[in-house]
Amino acid sequence: MRPYFSIVRIPAQFQKLIPVAWLILFALAAFASLPDGSWLEKVPPAERQKTNPYRGQSDAIAAGRRIYLDHCRKCHGDDAEGTRKRPPLRSDVVQRISTEGDLHWLLVNGYMKKGMPSWSKLPDPQLWQLITYLKSLK
Amino acid sequence: MLLLLALALPAVAQERPYFVTYSHEMEEPGNLEIENFSVAGNPTNANFFVGSNLEFEYGVKTWWTSEFYLDGQSTQHDSTIFTGYRWENRLRPLLGEHVINPVLYIEYENTSADKALREIVGHDGLPDFAGSNALARADVEREMELKLILGSNFKGWNLSENFITEKNLGGDPWEFGYAWAASRPLALAAKAHDCTFCLEKFQAGVEMYGGLGDRYSFGLHNTSHYAGPTLNWTAPNGTTLSFSPQFGLNHYSVPRLYRFGVSYEIEQFLGIFHREAK
Repeated sequence: MRPYFSIVRIPAQFQKLIPVAWLILFALAAFASLPDGSWLEKVPPAERQKTNPYRGQSDAIAAGRRIYLDHCRKCHGDDAEGTRKRPPLRSDVVQRISTEGDLHWLLVNGYMKKGMPSWSKLPDPQLWQLITYLKSLK
Repeated sequence: MLLLLALALPAVAQERPYFVTYSHEMEEPGNLEIENFSVAGNPTNANFFVGSNLEFEYGVKTWWTSEFYLDGQSTQHDSTIFTGYRWENRLRPLLGEHVINPVLYIEYENTSADKALREIVGHDGLPDFAGSNALARADVEREMELKLILGSNFKGWNLSENFITEKNLGGDPWEFGYAWAASRPLALAAKAHDCTFCLEKFQAGVEMYGGLGDRYSFGLHNTSHYAGPTLNWTAPNGTTLSFSPQFGLNHYSVPRLYRFGVSYEIEQFLGIFHREAK
């Protein structure tokens, strides 16, 4: 089998830079896959202050898990660990930085330019149950 | 296709129970929904018929849904025929949720002898059912259809209104129509345990639609209108079944229509082709 580098014919003087290039690419990929919290800037203050009527309720966590499995699992992973293209929901952005009101706003409005659809078709109580489940993943 | 369905992970679609009216809710990006909608009717002085669509609805982007339809119909004492195809795109210009959410709809259709009744425009009505399929097939309609879809969600209710214009590319005048519907799940909160027939799995509502004449004779004269209750149920495997009895509101309408729908959504359809190793 021919060595990889001989196929692409990289000049000898540049071959030392290959590990550096890989490192830079890896860092860029890692940065790109970081949970994007830029949507937080769009949340109006009144929405941020909204309180979750189901906070901490075990029934709501169980119901929220069912909603998660029905609607969110395929993009965000079976256990909210994220997938190749979509961010984890166990991240600091979701678990610590965002309030429950922030998450409610995101679910209602989506972040369409980043691929997150609006879930306004789910009734409000189901959105809060889902948020209760997500916050229980801390 | 069956192999793809077997490999796919079904989604719980949470569809609205509408047959004619579109809501502003788009298909989630990457999901493919396969739907069959049928309508049965017994027009006055014409033969009983069943019209049917097979639809493939794909979420291209969060703000763009594309859908391809294959249409057919069967008429008692006549024949069963393929009536044509349609391709439509829905675009949501405003990102984010608003009090009223507009969606622009554009469709090209190439049909003849269509009885699926997925929209009523112009002077569509009883006379359309009078001829035989053989005669009706000779009249191939190539049409562009534009809709303005407005939708709102409030306290679990969805209210959707459609304003429809259709242009036969063969030169007939612009035709107009409308549709509106409202619905709500029977329970707003989800149960903590898995259930098959719990109320959150049902959505009920009402739907009304009809024609508004054409460019030269705009109005209600010689137009047909229908209204009726509508209900759907989502099974645990993600299949949604819908039913609606609809009633003709004037002498120009088919007295009763019975509509049935089955839909099945495949999450992240293209992901089937590059499934990650476990």
